[in-house]
Amino acid sequence: MQEYDFDIIVVGSGCSGAVAAYVAASAGKSVLVIERGAFAGAKNMTGGRIYSHALKEVFPDFENEAPLGRKITHERISLMTADANTTLEYSGASLAQEGRNSYSVLHAPFNRWLAEQAEAAGAEYIYGIAVEALAKDATEKVIGVTAGGDTITAQVTIIADGANSLLSAQATKAPLPKANEMAVGIKEVLELSPDAIESRFLCSEGEGAAWLFVGDCTKGHTGGGFVYTNNDSLSLGLVVTIADIAESSTPIYQMLEDFKNHPSIAPLVKGAKVVEHSGHMVSEGGYRTVPEYVGDGCLIAGDAAMLCMNLGYMVRGMDLAVASGKMAAEAACEAIDKEDTSKSGLAAYKEKMEASFVMQDLKTFQKWPHFMDGWKRLFKTYPLLAQEVFTSLFTVDGTPAKPLVKRLMPSIRRVGILNLLKDLRGALKAL
Amino acid sequence: MSNNGINTLVSLTVNPDAILGMNKYHVDEQNAHIELIENADLEEFLKLVRACPAALYRVAESGAKSFDHAGCLECGTCRILCADTIIKKWELPQAGMGVEFRYG
Repeated sequence: MQEYDFDIIVVGSGCSGAVAAYVAASAGKSVLVIERGAFAGAKNMTGGRIYSHALKEVFPDFENEAPLGRKITHERISLMTADANTTLEYSGASLAQEGRNSYSVLHAPFNRWLAEQAEAAGAEYIYGIAVEALAKDATEKVIGVTAGGDTITAQVTIIADGANSLLSAQATKAPLPKANEMAVGIKEVLELSPDAIESRFLCSEGEGAAWLFVGDCTKGHTGGGFVYTNNDSLSLGLVVTIADIAESSTPIYQMLEDFKNHPSIAPLVKGAKVVEHSGHMVSEGGYRTVPEYVGDGCLIAGDAAMLCMNLGYMVRGMDLAVASGKMAAEAACEAIDKEDTSKSGLAAYKEKMEASFVMQDLKTFQKWPHFMDGWKRLFKTYPLLAQEVFTSLFTVDGTPAKPLVKRLMPSIRRVGILNLLKDLRGALKAL
Repeated sequence: MSNNGINTLVSLTVNPDAILGMNKYHVDEQNAHIELIENADLEEFLKLVRACPAALYRVAESGAKSFDHAGCLECGTCRILCADTIIKKWELPQAGMGVEFRYG
């Protein structure tokens, strides 16, 4: 039997890779993690917030140990036009409930903490070197990686190199994602005092808000804006489908500037200092674009497997990454113990994923990405409709007022009652 | 030639040179990890002008195209858009090089 350098090699130490390494090392396997950043998180970016349920399964005490941002207790979603903003806010005890709650995070500290847990569990780390290619034997089975000109071998290679995966194509012939299946995220971290954050976002001490926008923030293109409150900074940015931004008359960095200067956003960021400007891709295609994630001698986890859900009012990626990393490690350990790390020996990963919330949630909402991509009215017409409706509701100009229905009907007729019903029905079917 | 793209560049209120000023980089002066073909098609190039979150793809008012890998955020958006058209090479930066997010 062939000698391997390690039981398991993990490529990338983001949410899925670090968790995979932690779980495998904790099970007594020899694990090497190759992270191309100078430290874990150095090449990673998130919106972002993590729904805690999956992390809690792996690290039951993470709330006392991990460098988290604020517990998100305020959810806001807005329809934005050039000079108006219609917002729905929800705050309630359920948002803070253990096991259902979520936290804002920044990847540099958070990924670093995850990597520390994996290292403490016994995983070895190499930082600062990118994996160039997967190493394969004569039967095309993956037997490790080539990095820095050296080949390092392992019984199982877990590929967790993120949304811009260069290795998934080599692992399972995953196709290069199309421009309408991926979005580009642009983000700024803006330094702001905790007091200013809590008063501007109407939050109690230590608690925070998540705020998503559709409409003028992306100039009507498929995508949206976001603001998440961290401890002493805001994460503010945009996510736009790549196929859409490529045809936009405004480049994405100018869109971000315009978003920051919008009358509803400017007071939130007033006096805040930009401390970082980042970019990252987000997979948007949902279930139908998840590639084959079990290969001969290898598994794909997290963003590299396109595990991401953007529902418009909610974005999830990190909880899927954490859970997939855990399941990949468990399947890899079982396969090694059974001395069969072929594709069929590793099939338990797919079974676990299919039985879990990861693939079930992706499946439940599989129509949504395609519906949203074709639903231009969400990004242009409805923000304007909301503006017209609330303008007629909230303004008084001294001319004799008409009954509400008469005031609203011209706006509604412009969209078309049938269109409204069709969109409502379509959205409800896709969600 | 697309007036759309050229006008876009004229109407900027943000200085694309300033947006990366707070970031930390280890710039690889010897080796560009992204390379374009010569005489890249303008329409394809303009897609990158609009989509690159680091504003690395520029068209001057004279119509001259420029690209600088130094401020790259390593997101891969240009790879998705133009890997089969005007992008000749897209690799990760070499060991120790490229952006280093302090917040992420």
